[in-house]
Amino acid sequence: MAEYELKTPLTDADIEKLKSGDVVYITGTIYTGRDAAHKRLTDSLDKGEALPFDLKGALIYYVGPSPAPPGRPIGSAGPTTSYRMDTYAPRLHGLGLKGTIGKGKRSQEVKDAMATNKAAYFGATGGAGALLSLAIKAAKVIAYDDLGPEAIRELTVERFPLLVINDCHGGELYTKPNLEAALAG
Amino acid sequence: MRTIQAQTIIDKVAEMCIAANRELPEDVMRTFKERLAAEENPAAKEIFRQLIENAELSKDTGLPLCQDCGLAVFFVEMGEDAHVDGMSLRQAINEGMIKGYKEGYLRKSSCDPFTRKNTGDNGPAIIHFDIVPGDKLKIWMMAKGGGSENMSRVMMFPPAAGWKGLREFIINRVAEAGPNPCPPVLVGIGIGGNFELAAINSKKALLRDIDDTHPDPEVAKLEAEVLESINKLNIGPMGLGGKTTCLGVKILVAPCHLASLPLAVNVQCHSARHKEVVL
Repeated sequence: MAEYELKTPLTDADIEKLKSGDVVYITGTIYTGRDAAHKRLTDSLDKGEALPFDLKGALIYYVGPSPAPPGRPIGSAGPTTSYRMDTYAPRLHGLGLKGTIGKGKRSQEVKDAMATNKAAYFGATGGAGALLSLAIKAAKVIAYDDLGPEAIRELTVERFPLLVINDCHGGELYTKPNLEAALAG
Repeated sequence: MRTIQAQTIIDKVAEMCIAANRELPEDVMRTFKERLAAEENPAAKEIFRQLIENAELSKDTGLPLCQDCGLAVFFVEMGEDAHVDGMSLRQAINEGMIKGYKEGYLRKSSCDPFTRKNTGDNGPAIIHFDIVPGDKLKIWMMAKGGGSENMSRVMMFPPAAGWKGLREFIINRVAEAGPNPCPPVLVGIGIGGNFELAAINSKKALLRDIDDTHPDPEVAKLEAEVLESINKLNIGPMGLGGKTTCLGVKILVAPCHLASLPLAVNVQCHSARHKEVVL
């Protein structure tokens, strides 16, 4: 398992070298977006409207941070469960989205879209939101302010620590649970 | 009749909401350290290291342990010989929760189910009341995240399913949830009662300490056995594999209808945040 330092925006070459299990440190700009924001992004696409940020080479972080206390750019900011965005992700990958950050399993449709469009799915440690916030140096709401924690934020990150869960070659880090052994007792 | 001032309840509830979100319970922290030593998979060890560091950081900085500060769930035992002065008990708990989530910079995660518009104050709190003898007021607060709650289920079994059927369902549920609910999880189980009581009991069971042994030795045995079985799934911390998929299984049993065998499985993430206070 390799370790990479990557800068945003991500390129096809960045993604192609990644294999599931690799550790990646991201530096640059990433965008937050979860359930309600994805609904709005998709509605905008349906209407032919411009999106609040450029999807080309972009990384979306599935997170709804806690409010920033005084003196900090952001509150706790760990990943939310990704499968809820599976409905929306393939379309966004088709438009240039290079990666998503979350926790938990993705659907086959998302994995196929990542293979077709050269994108990757990264895991961040769930429930380590305070720790992860240390890699976020600035945060700014750029769309859907009324959604509160679900608003789209532009985050400036420095060496944001990630694991490649799904790469663009069909590799996956999660293994099937050993149900037989568990049921046997 | 003993009088408890509403303001006292408001302040205490606010305090416990903030503390629950910043201070990982000691039993959870201790278990993290034990499992860090016991795990052989380097990825599992690394997750435990991060979770321990995260908990220490949260305590030092006041940043919440997790950005999902949860819906605020309360179990309340109100003594028959006590009364609240100033406003209703429900209102006082709600006001305290709203105050705590605001002043503690905690995330407000409550929204309209249709429009998905955030209520803005994490309200209303979900409160389960019980009336008990005495003049004390006991309040348990749980900050329950959405990711693990989504992995929870209620199932109405026929009596013929027996323990075998319940056991298989529980293990399958944790297996299907996989990495989604932030393992290692705690599993609260309600057996018996009816549709809603099983669900409430499965959540109430999660208020017990990890190392607490069930007073009924038969149930204690089931808890230990299911825990051992779940930990053979090799889901591991954050789904990266390892011996620790589950930190504890807690069962609460109630009598049920002749026709039913209700089961509720409430999945709790590793950030098992709860506090209690007696007034």
